[in-house]
Amino acid sequence: MRDLKTPYSRITGLGSAKEGSDHFWHQRLTAVANIPLILFFIISLISLLGSDHATVVNYLGSPFVSALMLMVILSVVIHMRLGMQVIIEDYVHGELPKIACLMLNTFFAVFVGLVSAVALLKMSFGG
Amino acid sequence: MADINPDAMPLKARPLSPHLQVYKPLFTMMMSIFHRITGAALYVGTLLVVWWLVAAAAGPTYFNWVNGIFGSWFGRLVLFGYTWAAMHHMLGGMRHLVWDTGKWLEVEKAQLLAKATLAGSLGLTLLIWVIGYAVG
Ligand code: HEM
Repeated sequence: MRDLKTPYSRITGLGSAKEGSDHFWHQRLTAVANIPLILFFIISLISLLGSDHATVVNYLGSPFVSALMLMVILSVVIHMRLGMQVIIEDYVHGELPKIACLMLNTFFAVFVGLVSAVALLKMSFGG
Repeated sequence: MADINPDAMPLKARPLSPHLQVYKPLFTMMMSIFHRITGAALYVGTLLVVWWLVAAAAGPTYFNWVNGIFGSWFGRLVLFGYTWAAMHHMLGGMRHLVWDTGKWLEVEKAQLLAKATLAGSLGLTLLIWVIGYAVG
């Protein structure tokens, strides 16, 4: 006990994932956020049906839509990464394959998030 | 891993808790599995969203080509399935959020919620596509 750790820091994050309730909480936070965001996304797609390329870019590139689309991407990507992590932890048991899958999961989420974000930003700023 | 001395503790086959296949399938259980399947399907399907956004950012020629694929009968079939997965997972997720408050966990109520989720997801999906065909 000869250290400067507070009693609180000694007992936090002792679960198997070492991250306390963050996982559960962020899954819920993004689940709630996803509801209006996914509905916005679907309504957007419907309103764009049959539009030509210029109209689509004009819509996706407008500041408000662009910001909302970035929120859709951000929330969904965090949510799906946490969700897939649980699925992997349930089915992949060997330590090495599990870590490899968890890494791929993170790479996939970052890939989806950043490629979408760059595409959206290009339509806003790229002229 | 915890340190186990194999001499002191011989490893032998230990009883395992029973897994899915020993239970009679129940509607609520199928819906729980379906929430996971739709979540995983939505996960993979984000690649379609990425593809569409990249196509829009790339320019009209490529965008029209990709739109042609999405608009084909096969593309529409996939997108219809994706819509259903999204609606089902969204309603199933809302069910989870209700449960997180500790409510609606009684057997009859949970069964009612499960039925409402399935009916709601089919209803919303059809509504979206009917509006879609009316608009586009
Ligand atoms: C539309 C609104 C959404 C809501 C309300 C929602 C809600 C939820 C909730 C509450 C969970 C946790 C379930 C549990 O603890 O067993 C969950 C899991 C999950 N979600 Fe979502 N979600 C939504 C959208 C999405 C989207 C768009 C994706 C993927 C792109 C996604 C992927 C996943 C995955 C992979 C899981 C893990 C499934 C499991 O562990 O069985 N969700 N979702």
